[in-house]
Amino acid sequence: MTVDIVIIGGGPAGLAAAIAAKEAGADHILILERDKELGGILNQCIHNGFGLHTFHEELTGPEYAERFIRKVKELQVPYMLETIVVSVGKDKTVTAMNREKGLFKIEAGAVILAMGCRERARGALNIPGYRPAGIYSAGTAQRYVNMEGRMPGKEVVILGSGDIGLIMARRMTLEGAKVKLVAEIMPYSGGLKRNIVQCLDDYGIPLKLNHTVIDIKGKERVESVTVAQVDENRKPVPGTEEEISCDTLLLSCGLIPENELSKEVGILMNPVTAGPVVNESLETSEAGIFACGNVLHVHDLVDYVSGEARTAGEKAAAYVKGKLPEPKGETVTVAAESGVRYTVPSKLEPARMEEEQVVRFRVDNIYRNAYIGVYFNDQCVKKIRRPMLAPGEMEQVKLRKADIEQYGGLQKITLKVES
Amino acid sequence: MEKKELVCICCPLGCGLTAVIEDNGEVRISGNTCSRGGEYGKKEMTAPTRIVTTTVRIKGGTLPALSVKTKDGVPKDKITECISCLQEVETEAPVCVGDVIVEDIAGTGVSVVATKSIERYEEL
Repeated sequence: MTVDIVIIGGGPAGLAAAIAAKEAGADHILILERDKELGGILNQCIHNGFGLHTFHEELTGPEYAERFIRKVKELQVPYMLETIVVSVGKDKTVTAMNREKGLFKIEAGAVILAMGCRERARGALNIPGYRPAGIYSAGTAQRYVNMEGRMPGKEVVILGSGDIGLIMARRMTLEGAKVKLVAEIMPYSGGLKRNIVQCLDDYGIPLKLNHTVIDIKGKERVESVTVAQVDENRKPVPGTEEEISCDTLLLSCGLIPENELSKEVGILMNPVTAGPVVNESLETSEAGIFACGNVLHVHDLVDYVSGEARTAGEKAAAYVKGKLPEPKGETVTVAAESGVRYTVPSKLEPARMEEEQVVRFRVDNIYRNAYIGVYFNDQCVKKIRRPMLAPGEMEQVKLRKADIEQYGGLQKITLKVES
Repeated sequence: MEKKELVCICCPLGCGLTAVIEDNGEVRISGNTCSRGGEYGKKEMTAPTRIVTTTVRIKGGTLPALSVKTKDGVPKDKITECISCLQEVETEAPVCVGDVIVEDIAGTGVSVVATKSIERYEEL
């Protein structure tokens, strides 16, 4: 099988990339999705608040997904469900498999990586104790409750205050469970403010910052967890232990881009984002392989995923049509310093830039009344005031192509948090 | 006079708001750094509403649960009642996103609509 563009993943990123690529004139596009339906994780996010930026209304996850799915169907973009990609080659040959076709190869002109991310599991958290039933990642519990109509438990402790954990605290409460506590190891929550207010405060669910789970008891089923305060080095403080009886522990401790396929291709990875290093076109270190959405870096709002994926789709379409200028090697590095954890993209080729380039990033702490300093080489060219910066919220700055071109000998753009 | 502390959710700043309800019913908000915060605080103190999202059971569909939402915000103190009413509801596939599942939930005058399309199982 030969196609112009293979898109791996039919979630929000894959759908938006497909629509953009088709609208930009790519003819033969194929979306490969491993689930039974398109839409990805949005299908289980039944709460509202999606699409404020894209549609200027508050949609639920499935509604947001359905708008994109409808568009994909309207544009007659082919997709295969229950199809898993086994490997991607440097020559952009995609090996996939499903029940009908068995193992098969697709030769693609370009590949868009849109595999999303997965949750950090207990094994990665090193929580001591037994290994009974009743320990779930928050997203697994979300799928059980919202799609399969099953409740994972009755008395719940949640470790980690990421958005999915907060949303599940409310969801489990509404479905009749008692959520006893949300424990967060950091001194701040990684979740959005409005989720803290509307999911915890509204229901009187306590949030303990600087706390973590240090033991899990129960041989067959979770019987209790021990929670302790942690010091500034995130080590438990002796004497602060508290045992809380519960039958369920939900983990909401961060998301990790799912990049097994990308790594096998030999794509250069960014250790901070755990996603590929990309240039202004969201192209990875392998020409013609693009990345977007949570596989590239974990986003806070799906609206930003859709926007980013749009760019990847357009650029992939330009690439297969031979309209994406060849890289000339005149690369400008985009660097993250003092408080800025990373930037996406991390390099720019001015000749291939659009008039305006969005650079997305996250900060490493909570800052009030701060500035984002933009440096061209060592010269500060812009200071953008931000009343509040938080690690849970993605930030962005826009760079103008004209400014970059006018600045002679530009080698490095640096973003910094400044007071 | 009644006093209450709130956290504004209009933007990431998360201003701490202090709401004072005077004896004559007038609500005064302080601590907000913009006008949206003032309005949010007033609404929270006088008539707080929320969109309720949950699931209802569905027969004959590709999934056993159908996600639904209240079409508009319902008063905050009615949320639990809305949820318990919806726990008794069972609908039948196929359902299209936007279909009305319950006309008037818990006497709020607000309808409950499907947020997902679910096809019939045998149609696949």
